[in-house]
Amino acid sequence: MEKYLMKGNEALGEAAIRAGCKCFFGYPITPQTELSAYMAKQMPKRGGVFLQAESELAAVNMTLGAASTGIRAMTSSSSPGISLKTEGVSYMAGCDLPAVIVNVQRGGPGLGSIQPSQADYFQATRAMGHGDAYIIVLAPNSVQEMADFVGLAFDLADKYRIPAMLLADGLLGQMMEPVSFSDEKTDFVNKDDWAANGHKNKREHNIVNSLYLDAPTLESKVQARFEKYKIIEQNERRCEKYMCDDADILVTAYGATARIAKTAVDHARQKGIKVGLFRPITLYPFPRQELADAAKGAKIILDTELSMGQMIEDVKLSTNCTLPVEFYGRTGGVVPAPEEILAKIEQLNGGLN
Amino acid sequence: MNMQIILAGFGGQGILFAGKVLAYCAMTDGKKLTWLPSYGPEMRGGTANCSVCISDEEIGSPVIQNPDVLIVMNSPSLRKFENNVKTGGIILADSSIITEECQRDDVSFVKVAASDIAEKNELSGGANMVLLGKLLELTNLFTRETVEKALKKCVSPKRPQLIPANLKAMTLGGAFQ
Repeated sequence: MEKYLMKGNEALGEAAIRAGCKCFFGYPITPQTELSAYMAKQMPKRGGVFLQAESELAAVNMTLGAASTGIRAMTSSSSPGISLKTEGVSYMAGCDLPAVIVNVQRGGPGLGSIQPSQADYFQATRAMGHGDAYIIVLAPNSVQEMADFVGLAFDLADKYRIPAMLLADGLLGQMMEPVSFSDEKTDFVNKDDWAANGHKNKREHNIVNSLYLDAPTLESKVQARFEKYKIIEQNERRCEKYMCDDADILVTAYGATARIAKTAVDHARQKGIKVGLFRPITLYPFPRQELADAAKGAKIILDTELSMGQMIEDVKLSTNCTLPVEFYGRTGGVVPAPEEILAKIEQLNGGLN
Repeated sequence: MNMQIILAGFGGQGILFAGKVLAYCAMTDGKKLTWLPSYGPEMRGGTANCSVCISDEEIGSPVIQNPDVLIVMNSPSLRKFENNVKTGGIILADSSIITEECQRDDVSFVKVAASDIAEKNELSGGANMVLLGKLLELTNLFTRETVEKALKKCVSPKRPQLIPANLKAMTLGGAFQ
């Protein structure tokens, strides 16, 4: 397969087009802008629509509108912009709309910094807007996965009629690596039973809506959606395990941090320390069972993130707090060196002996 | 093989391009690689740098703490990065621009009058490639054949005349003593 050298942001754009994304609504923000720029260049040439909206709010609601017609639609931003989009994502969740949202995270809170961060984990997995709702969250850790997961996000979104997010960060967005792409997708889920795509007077019109003034009706809608979440939690958990089998220390990390942690694990192994890496690929649904299994033989868990510690809560929940969970993180846009994580592993290993 | 290279200088000197040439060379040879540009506020203030990791193995962090090689095209970059270079590493400097010496005696400090060479040979903006030519001469990182293939991918198809110009700059850099 032909390899291209591309930035994560650009690879994501190319893969989205090949996955059949027909509408992209953007608003520029570092470190995500190359994605918008790529779409601006390519979409008009390849039968799609690129529109730079007047604001993030407009962009997310345009995505909602396009997704309502059954078309594959996407929007993207970085942390502060994603906060603005959460309202629209909540509406999409309430309308059971499939769409893809990309967050190339930067340091926060507020305008924060423009450097890589993973401080939006809580937002992505707990509170993409108000209301009882979840969205699927995928965490790539390479340019290749940026490309692969955008197609996966569209497929899962269509399959379950749910918004899906790619939770990346500035490192993955800005770096270049060789990447290859799958062919253009041609088989799509038929959405005629719900999409507002024109009925030519041949059927009842479909209504896409999230407003239910009758409380019991809304309750049953939400409850039905939670039945769907159960199925998603059952079927769509994804993770990568690396040297977990005999590990005394289990490192947990996702996204770019998992790459840094993997190097630290390799160095620790060379020093004879029994350490492994567990990388969640889906952050919602979180691979709880897989983590619990991987941690069975471990004595301690070390969670590492580009934040003050957010995924650590899911790590503790997955293991029912049966193991001590230590934390090492850098935040604000600072990226740790593998040696920093290695030092923490060595320190913990010293405590075990 | 495992090689970590930081390239740094002013915006407009072709720092990111030179990094890209290395990245394409690595891809041409089937190596693993990462290329990471600076995209922070320093980019607006004039200095630019990029980190290129090349390896036979999977690459973890694309952020380089201690490079094997540092290529610098201005004094602030030399000051900023010289202490991070690995012991036994190489610092390659454009001595047309950088007049001061390196403060370290445990690395090889190689001075190439890259900007002067480029100017004399009517290769305006080619100092970056002169330095790259010297790097390949010092390290044998990539063959000329690989570089030629890589340049074809780096240079816009609308400006094919840039390929021989870049190759010439590299040859001059390699021959510089």
